[in-house]
This record gives sequence, structure tokens and C-alpha cells, in this order.
Amino acid sequence: MPEKKPVLMQGNEACAEGAISAGVRFYAGYPITPSTEVAEHMARRLPELGGVFIQMEDEIAGMAAIIGASIGGKRAITATSGPGFSLKQENIGYAIMAEIPCVIVNVQRMGPSTGVPTAPSQGDVMQARWGTHGDHPIIAFSPASVYETYYLTIAAVNLSQKLRQPVIMLLDEVIGHMREKVLIPDTGKLMVEKSSDNVPADWKPYDEKGLTPLVPFGFGHYYHVTGLFHDQYGFPSGDPEVVKRALDRLHDKLEKYRDEIVLTNYVGHKEPRVAFVTYGCSVRSARAVVKKAYWQNRWPVGLLSLQTVWPFPGREVEALARQADVIIVPELNRGQLVREVERYSRGQAEVVPVNRYDGEMITPDQLMEVLGRWLP
Amino acid sequence: MLVDDLNREREMIISGHNACPGCGAALAVRYLTRALGPNLAIVLTASCWSIIAGAPPLTALKCPILHCPFPSAGSVGSGLKRGLEAKGKGDTTVVVLAGDGGTFDIGLQALSGAAQRNEDIIFVCYDNEAYMNTGMQTSSATPFGARTNTAPYPLFKEGRKKDIMQIMAAHGIPYAATATVAFPDDMEAKLKKAQSITGFRFIHVLSPCPPGWGSESADTVHLSRLAVQTGFFPLYEIHNGVDWKMTWMTDKSRLPLSAYLDRQRRFKQMDKEKIVALQEELDDEWYFLMNKVGPADRC
Repeated sequence: MPEKKPVLMQGNEACAEGAISAGVRFYAGYPITPSTEVAEHMARRLPELGGVFIQMEDEIAGMAAIIGASIGGKRAITATSGPGFSLKQENIGYAIMAEIPCVIVNVQRMGPSTGVPTAPSQGDVMQARWGTHGDHPIIAFSPASVYETYYLTIAAVNLSQKLRQPVIMLLDEVIGHMREKVLIPDTGKLMVEKSSDNVPADWKPYDEKGLTPLVPFGFGHYYHVTGLFHDQYGFPSGDPEVVKRALDRLHDKLEKYRDEIVLTNYVGHKEPRVAFVTYGCSVRSARAVVKKAYWQNRWPVGLLSLQTVWPFPGREVEALARQADVIIVPELNRGQLVREVERYSRGQAEVVPVNRYDGEMITPDQLMEVLGRWLP
Repeated sequence: MLVDDLNREREMIISGHNACPGCGAALAVRYLTRALGPNLAIVLTASCWSIIAGAPPLTALKCPILHCPFPSAGSVGSGLKRGLEAKGKGDTTVVVLAGDGGTFDIGLQALSGAAQRNEDIIFVCYDNEAYMNTGMQTSSATPFGARTNTAPYPLFKEGRKKDIMQIMAAHGIPYAATATVAFPDDMEAKLKKAQSITGFRFIHVLSPCPPGWGSESADTVHLSRLAVQTGFFPLYEIHNGVDWKMTWMTDKSRLPLSAYLDRQRRFKQMDKEKIVALQEELDDEWYFLMNKVGPADRC
């Protein structure tokens, strides 16, 4: 891929630019710290690209408008932080049920409630998974750098289109506000298939046979979109068989495309005794430790960073647990994803949480101290 | 004896608050607490005042403050008043303090609900015409033509400023009034009148914001006065949604709008056509207001 010269970018800007590179031309949102820069960047960029920027009257409206825009044929995104993410939940559930592609950026800050608006946190991991009611599937990415933010946003937009599934970008205040180098590739190669290309004549919005692309309203097909359980034509149904099939359908598509959705990255010793499993800004502290322990001292230490937090990369963690004796899970919360790590380790490795929730990052020194319990 | 000494005992805002220099909202709340205190409880929704009021254990106000989530000011205020009444403390004045976002936009639903139920609270909107706490983003209170960070140059705020007073009048509430910091006597009189009335009362206060509007911090009171003199922000009150009355009017004709716009950088890139359009919009609103007020109540 031919790459342009490196650009210094803020995480929130990289998120906005990534979305633009992936063909997003619609933004609706509401100002909230620490995500406001996404909106402000979109307000500057979208009008010059012929796109639409709308400042909505509240958080619910921001989410609802991107659902409308998506059915109207535009790739759409919104950005918010904790309190706004809470307000958006009902509409996120609707988009999951009606299979409407959209991307929701949540730049996490300390909660609950107003919390500390300018302090980093990873407290919304479980909210991203279970925030909206019902037994739904979800995709959530958590980038660990500005560069990753750019590329994961592109992946989020494309996956969302392909699977007709809302995707959550779980940034944190550190990643959102830091500035780093990003290599911006030639655009045009970053968009996957347009959702409405090559639609068969017998297209059904929720085809029983499997995934179908979204055809926007006004493109030759009349159909029904609802948050009720529905049959393959989109019409509401309370038939137990239809209901079960519809819910299975939502989960099956994520299972089928798991390899495209679940993104992880392992660095360090091939046969680690102690491994870190983490995501978002906490990866940065863990990487500093691996650099010192493995690259400098050749200790058997490794780091599995999770770009995808939902669906949880269970297989990858399970494989790691078979090799490592100890898995350390640093998180900026009181321990959320560590439960999943424990679940998939199946007792094969000792899982040790390292938590910090005072509005500061976990430091490499702090992790080094924990590591010292098992290694010299 | 200085006026300041006379007021010192009534003063409920303490120096060292977190407002920017020249903050209109800080002045507005100073007058508000003077007029309504000391038996006062303030419900505060997310806005600049969430910061101005101070971070624990410090506080800038000598009364209890209930910070509440952004969309819920009207509802939390309703609950607080009814709770106090149930406990026999109904004599406490409950004031809901919200910015323009918490009133015009995200707070409108809760505000409308409380107004319709005629809850016994005073809802004060200090309107700095954008989301200033997050750094100057457009709200539906932003006037046509202004530049904000979500409508950056060459863009500008399109569409009219939402007429919140008409919305409140349509609810038929006992009392609604506009006020601004250049006219403290007028504001205090209105607040005192509001306090003497039972039911839902709404006060719309224009509060200049030097960093957001791009004005000099020493200019706040002057701008506030110009807003009234140009007819940009007329001072009036409405009883029961039908009885409109001007409380301040120039003897001569209104000043041209440019006197007000020229002192603010947010209007700097506005071309002549847009200024004319804004002036026309204003003239329409003025005409509408004069019709509502009627010749006898033009003050």
C-alpha cells in the first residue's frame, strides 16, 4: 500500500479521519468531553467533502439520526462519552435488531455519572457489551494508539456495512487526546464493497439464507424496518419459531465472520511464562514492560493486546493460557474484562488483575512490580 | 456607604469561583442569589456553572447545590420541591439553573413536563448562546450567522434562534420574563416578583461569554446593554402566557444591530447580506413582540 508522509494527529482526529477514509459522509452528534474533537473535526471536514454534519439537540438524537442516515444510504458515525453513551443505548439496540450499519465512538472517561470528564477510564467495557437490553451481539474495538485508532475506525465502518451491525469504537481519554504519528494511505482502497452493489432481484431485507446487503430506501425495494422481532421481509412476528430464528441470525453472522472481527496482536517471548492481556491505553504500559523484560533482558514475557474486546477473543486467550503460567490483566477499572480472561483460561493459568481507577494511567513501574513476583 | 457594602450581607456568591473573567453567568447568579436568598436550593444541570460552582470541598455559593444529569433539570427540580413540601419545608425556594443547552436542547423535554405540571419552581436559563463549557459548539440558542466550533468559518449557524419565551408562553405558566446583567434592578425585580408567585416560573437571562463570543471581558455589561438597545434581546415579562408587557424600552428607535455585532469576533466573518438577514429576522420578531404586547404595555 503506497503511503503518504506521516501526519501528526490527535486520537479523536484520527478517528474522524479514519471514518472519512472509509467513506463516512454523515455525522450527527452532541458535544461532550473528551470526544468533542471528533465532532469539531467532522464539522470542518465533511462540508468540504460534500458530506453532512448535524449538531443535534441531544445524545439520543445523535444516535437516532445516524440510524436514519444509514437507511438513507450514507455511511454514518457519531461520537460521545460515558453519559452520552448511556443515553444512546436504546437506539443502539434498535440498530442491532433492525440490522442498520452505524459506528458509535465512545471516548471513555471516569464514571459513573459525570465522574471526572477529563480523566481516562476503561469503565465502559461491560456497558459496551450489555448496555442495551436484550440478548444481543455486539462488536467493540479498543485501539491502543492513534495509528490503531485510524485503522480500526476504518475496519469498524467496513465491518458495520458488511455485517449490517452497529460497531462500537471504545477509545479512552488518553488515546483520544494524545498526538502521534499516523501514516495515511491512499484513500479509495480502504472501502469494502458498497452495501447496495449487486443486489439480486429476489432480495429480501432479512433473508433466511443469511447475510444480505442493506439496500437504502429509494433504491428499488420496498421493505419494512422495525425494532420488533420480524420475519425475512421485515414484518413483525410473534411466532416462536420466527423469533428464535431472528435472534440466532443476529448472533450467527458474527460467529461466521469471527476471523474478520476478532483482531489481536501478540508480541514477546514465544513460550511466555508470564503474559499480559490488555487493551486500549493500558497496552502502552504493558508494552513498555515487555520491551524491558523481553527485548532487553530476554525474560519469558509476552503481551496479547486486544484490538477487539467484543466479541471476546476467547480462543486466543485460551491458547495463551495453555502456554503461560500467569496472565496479568491491567485495566483502568475495578476489573471488567479480567472475568472474561478467567473464563477462557479455564484454570490453566493464574489470572492476576491489576486495576487502577483514580483517574490516572497504570504505569510501567506498577506492572514491573507485579511482574517481579514471578520473574527476577 | 458604598452600594457594595449594602449588598454584602445579601451576597451569596463568594469570590474565588471558577468563572472566566467577565463571565455574564457569574454576574447573573450573583443577582439571582441576592434576590432570592437566603432560603434557597439550587438544582444545577451540566453547564458552565457546574465548573463555576467549584470542585469539592470548595463551593462558590452559600446555598445547597444539587448537580444533576444534563437532560433532567426540570424533573429533578420538580422532585426536590415536592420532597421538601412533603417534609414541611415548602418555604424553600427551589431554583433550577441551566444553560441554554440544558434548556433549549437536551433539557427541553424535562422543562416542558415541569412547566405543564405547573411545578412550584423557578427555572432560570442563563443563555450564553452556545455550549461554552465544552468549547463553543452550536446550540439552538446560537443566533443566526454566528461562528462556532461545530460551524467553523466559512460555515455559520444557520436557522433562527429558538424562541424559548414563546414556547414557555404556550405552556401558559404563571410567570415568564427575560432579563440580562446590564439591568440588575430589572432582573432583581423580576426574580422577586417570580418568588412571590406560586407555580412554574421561567426567567431567561442573556449572559455574555467573553471567550465564546470573542469579546473583551470588560465589555460584558456593555454588550448586554447593547443587546437590549438594539432589540436583539428585549426585556419583557409574560403573565399566564397571555399578558405580555415590556419592562424596558428606548424612547427613540432601536440601535442598528451592527453596534452589537461589531464587538464580537463570533460575528466577524459575517457578510453584509447575512447582517441584513439577521436584522430583518430581528425586525420580524420585534413586530411580533409589539403585537403581543399591545400599545398600553409598551412601558
